[in-house]
Amino acid sequence: MITDERPGENRPLVEVYSLKVVFPTDDGIVRAIDTMDLSIREGEKLGLIGESGCGKTVFGHAIMRLLEDTTKVTGNIVFRGKALYSLDRESMRRLRGKEIGMILQNPGASLNPVLTVGSQVSEVLVLHKGLKKRTAWDRVVGLLGRVRIPEPERRAGEYPHQFSGGMKERAVIAMGIASEPVMIIADEPTKGLDVTVKRKIVRLLKEVTVEKTMLIITHDLDVAEEVCDRIAVMYAGELVEIAPRGAMFERQLHPYVQGFFQSLPDRGLKPIPGMSPSLIHLPEGCRFHPRCNRATGRCRTEHPEMIDTGDGRCVRCFLYA
Amino acid sequence: MLEVKNLKKRFSSGIFFKSYLDAVDDVSFSIAKGETLGLVGESGSGKSTVGQCVIRLIEPTGGTIMFNGIDLRSLNGRALNRVRPSMQMIFQDPDSSLDPRMTIGQSIAEPFRLKKVARNEVKGEVLRLIEKVGLSPEHYNRYPHQMSGGQNQRAVLARVLAINPLFIVADEPTASLDVSVQAQILHLLMDLKREYGMTMLFISHDLAVIRHMCDRVAVMYRGKIVEQGPVSAVFESPAHPYTRLLLSRTEEAEQSVKQENGSGDAKGCRFRGRCSLARAVCETTEPAFREIGAGHTVACHMTVLPKAEITHE
Ligand SMILES: Nc1ncnc2c1ncn2[C@@H]1O[C@H](COP(=O)(O)OP(=O)(O)OP(=O)(O)O)[C@@H](O)[C@H]1O
Ligand code: SF4
Ligand SMILES: [Mg+2]
Repeated sequence: MITDERPGENRPLVEVYSLKVVFPTDDGIVRAIDTMDLSIREGEKLGLIGESGCGKTVFGHAIMRLLEDTTKVTGNIVFRGKALYSLDRESMRRLRGKEIGMILQNPGASLNPVLTVGSQVSEVLVLHKGLKKRTAWDRVVGLLGRVRIPEPERRAGEYPHQFSGGMKERAVIAMGIASEPVMIIADEPTKGLDVTVKRKIVRLLKEVTVEKTMLIITHDLDVAEEVCDRIAVMYAGELVEIAPRGAMFERQLHPYVQGFFQSLPDRGLKPIPGMSPSLIHLPEGCRFHPRCNRATGRCRTEHPEMIDTGDGRCVRCFLYA
Repeated sequence: MLEVKNLKKRFSSGIFFKSYLDAVDDVSFSIAKGETLGLVGESGSGKSTVGQCVIRLIEPTGGTIMFNGIDLRSLNGRALNRVRPSMQMIFQDPDSSLDPRMTIGQSIAEPFRLKKVARNEVKGEVLRLIEKVGLSPEHYNRYPHQMSGGQNQRAVLARVLAINPLFIVADEPTASLDVSVQAQILHLLMDLKREYGMTMLFISHDLAVIRHMCDRVAVMYRGKIVEQGPVSAVFESPAHPYTRLLLSRTEEAEQSVKQENGSGDAKGCRFRGRCSLARAVCETTEPAFREIGAGHTVACHMTVLPKAEITHE
């Protein structure tokens, strides 16, 4: 009998429970993430957006367990049934890169300037796929071709500085997918690229991640709209709204998210007054209340919880309570 | 107010075998008093080089630049220093325009001191400007590293206002800032421009930003202007295939990757390798400018002339 339930479709691949990430610094305690609860379903492309400094990169690093030892991480992250923060270092190292691939914010920093691009891709294959160097090289050329680097045989032997910005990003994508991970975390994959180059990179990303789960971190709403199934917006270390892509682009619920959309040049260039709060001295009550034109007395004293408004949407604002 | 004709800038590199790059090649435009001209194009198209040549931060290789009736290229030393304060540049990275060893207050006060404003009046003026750009008096004694990028860019604007120039070149002034901060800074820039009656060359690769900020726009591709006109005309009826590519949401075919590097040769249209309309003539002859509407010009062989003109012929 055929049942309605298609196995796998809605199974969460990553579940994040009550995650807090705290950096002790000389100026005080930076509460970079406080608190995140989120799950990413198998095959889903989730977009994480928000202003600079709101904690997006830290969240990606927390999933990869890439934060320094002095950082305090509490809560739980479960990936394919494994609690990541209970794994020993060695198992975590194997999982990283093999099961979760990373495409980093700054391709300049993720490529080593003194090694050829080909040998850096090859390293991923040797490390995570257990290939011999000789066999790895053929795969490298294949991968570079797959990310549309022209003349991949020749280009594999070149150094990063011989690549344009767009080509470097392609190489970084090749490294991210080399080990055929089930999940990819892409942090600002189009930052600093020209419009025409950006469009090509976005299309490539979509193409190479079909059927994969992806967390894509970006400030760029065009990229989010093009790639993602669901959009999550962060403000000052916590999520303030989650919605399926279509619903989010049609109507934003949270006053901050509305402001964020309207501040974009092609959506009005209307500024949100004030500034993002310091993560050392977070405002009482709703973290957005000092900048919110709909704030009431309650917003100043009580911290709103995430409210489920149905249709897969959630928002953290008393207006919807 | 500003008239630039046939501006050229050639960079050379290499010691034994010289190689040249024509970063700016035969660029002409003018900006009327109080007007904002946008310069748009992808990275490496020569936008910033144009901006820096115009206020003579770098020496052009050829062409003329007339500013308020003065031929800027003929000026040297002293004479140039006298004109300089009336032209200011705002850079992408506010950190490079502020001295890290000076407090924000000191940086803004400097132009007043150079103008020999009485000492006891300077602080008041500085505090007035600090508020004008949306900072507060507590920032007066801060150093740039103690401020955010957006706050530093506000301080740069306050300093520019202290100089009170006639003309500003703003080169991607918000590229390093967040979208919501970008909106704040751009609004501030528009308000101040209006209030102080400044004329502006606004450089950006973001078309949506140009559309908000500018009266007219010039589109650059590899050192050349390919289309120029009033913002409404260029955005509503873009004529050059490159402008159309920038404005469309669809992307071009993948055939063009080879074109990403290399400067191309001088003959023919520089865009032909990426152009779906290219014909034989585009390989051999460089397209000249044609006027297709009031103040709207385009350099493309394949652009269809407006109906009115065709019937006249
Ligand atoms: N090692 C660290 N020590 C102290 N604070 C840190 C550290 N790493 C990050 N932070 C702080 O944590 C906050 C979140 O940083 P994060 O890099 O996640 O921001 P982001 O949302 O990715 O911003 P962007 O869009 O600019 O990349 C910031 O305020 C940042 O200054
Ligand atoms: S909870 Fe109150 S202050 Fe916060 S966003 Fe909603 S209305 Fe504004
Ligand atoms: Mg980041």
